[in-house]
Amino acid sequence: MDPTKIMQATETAAASAATGSLISLFTVFVLAIFVGYYVVWNVTSALHSPLMSVTNAISSVIIVGALIAAGPTDANFSKIMGFLAVVLASVNIFGGFIVSQRMLQMFRKKG
Amino acid sequence: MSEELTGLAYLLAAICFILALRGLSSPETARRGNLTGMIGMAIAIGTTLASPHVLSYTWIIAGILVGGTIGTVTALKIQMTALPQLVAAFHSLVGLAAVFVATATLYAPEAYGIGAVGNILTASLVEMSIGTFIGAITFTGSIVAFAKLQGLVSGAPLVFPGQHLLNAVLGIAAIVLIAWFSTTESYQAYWLIVALALVLGFLIILPIGGADMPVVVSMLNSYSGWAACGIGFTLGNTLLIITGALVGSSGAILSYIMCKGMNRSFFNVILGGFGTEEGVAATTQGDKTVRQGSAEDASFIMQNAGKVIVVPGYGMAVAQAQHALREMGDVLKEAGVEVSYAIHPVAGRMPGHMNVLLAEANVPYDEVFELEEINHEFSTADVVYVIGANDVTNPAAKTDPNSPIYGMPILDVEKAQTVLFVKRGMASGYAGVDNELFFRDNTMMLFGDAKKMTEEILQSLG
Repeated sequence: MDPTKIMQATETAAASAATGSLISLFTVFVLAIFVGYYVVWNVTSALHSPLMSVTNAISSVIIVGALIAAGPTDANFSKIMGFLAVVLASVNIFGGFIVSQRMLQMFRKKG
Repeated sequence: MSEELTGLAYLLAAICFILALRGLSSPETARRGNLTGMIGMAIAIGTTLASPHVLSYTWIIAGILVGGTIGTVTALKIQMTALPQLVAAFHSLVGLAAVFVATATLYAPEAYGIGAVGNILTASLVEMSIGTFIGAITFTGSIVAFAKLQGLVSGAPLVFPGQHLLNAVLGIAAIVLIAWFSTTESYQAYWLIVALALVLGFLIILPIGGADMPVVVSMLNSYSGWAACGIGFTLGNTLLIITGALVGSSGAILSYIMCKGMNRSFFNVILGGFGTEEGVAATTQGDKTVRQGSAEDASFIMQNAGKVIVVPGYGMAVAQAQHALREMGDVLKEAGVEVSYAIHPVAGRMPGHMNVLLAEANVPYDEVFELEEINHEFSTADVVYVIGANDVTNPAAKTDPNSPIYGMPILDVEKAQTVLFVKRGMASGYAGVDNELFFRDNTMMLFGDAKKMTEEILQSLG
């Protein structure tokens, strides 16, 4: 077989794999928006402040990307970026969940 | 840990996050929901640490310890009245963290399996630049929001000629830069995108006035979610995408609710320039007179009432009057008066701000009602006690088509037999509109600080 054809075939395969995964990521994305839409409309308006602090805490799941960047053994620019992101995301995770818990503890019924 | 197992663990974490939000549908389930969220986060972090990409733990543990300590101490010490600025500050951190992660990905793409330096997949470059762009806007935008809420800069909208044109030009420039970066993987283009987004974040939030902050804070909440989504697409990480989408849609819904509460379109708020900082002195007063009362008058009226509705606003938060207010409610309830609280959707500086402050003062949440739940009850109320609110009670929103707040849903306090209006002076509200309610026969103005006035009423009740 002609080597350029093989190259072309591999490239097409790689491209379709990449778009395939992009489509499936996009599917997850759109479905998650729908889930978010229905779940959030069910949140009682009295708890809109805790909703903000909880969403703030969980959006710090970005720490997952930071941990991988901070993970390698040798220190380089990426590792420093990763480390800084770990610090910032940790502030948010701990701060966000704790302040939410503090708020939610205060909501009491009559009597 | 194998790739399949990691994927399943991430799915579990995502479900925990959905349940955390689901829990917020009622105060009874909310605490458990929050704990579920914490478990989800622990699963996400634990799974990543166990992955083969993470080989060295010293920096990571140090980072979590430092960040965790700062976050914990701040969250435990913060005053509930300062919640809006705390949330704004937290949003800025998520934005900056997104920029850092995107940068780390650009300089070491092989760790994430998206190619090698100089040869990163184009799709990943597009996603990376969008993630970092939104993250940087969130960062500086939240800093401006924080500074306005904290009173470090004036809450007044900052407008200058050509503002919208400048923003539009910068927006187009950003698109060009993203195209340049995605096709060349140029570091220069990347840092220009970051710099441009940082400037844009400032410019977008500066023209928005203090009382529009509920919309701004919700909007930045939404942005922080979309930034996480952008990073999730770059890394091909479904957990980040799901969580980002949840947060993004949550913030968008809150922005929508806040805009509806003011009867203004989202764009009208974003384009800014609405409202004044302190409220200008009422100009159309003419020779109309107001009936002024004392704390003794107010306590006499309330003691003899059957039903009292309290309408709190941002002024209550500023004066920290919530505790005195609850004590006043207790005394009235002991005297056999029915007491409830009415909350307008945009009262305060963030969604649900008043509910948290009342809860902090131990007001049971089943005495606190939303606008649509309680609005029909004002006609049967003997007394309405308006404390630190103004525009949200202005009948002009219903009657005067020329008023800037025309069409805004308001609390029908004027239908009550007597309206007690606690206010520092005759200045108009945030929208700069005169409130005709002050001049009605059934209104009594109580001039003074919200907390001091409530305490004085409490004394004469006792």
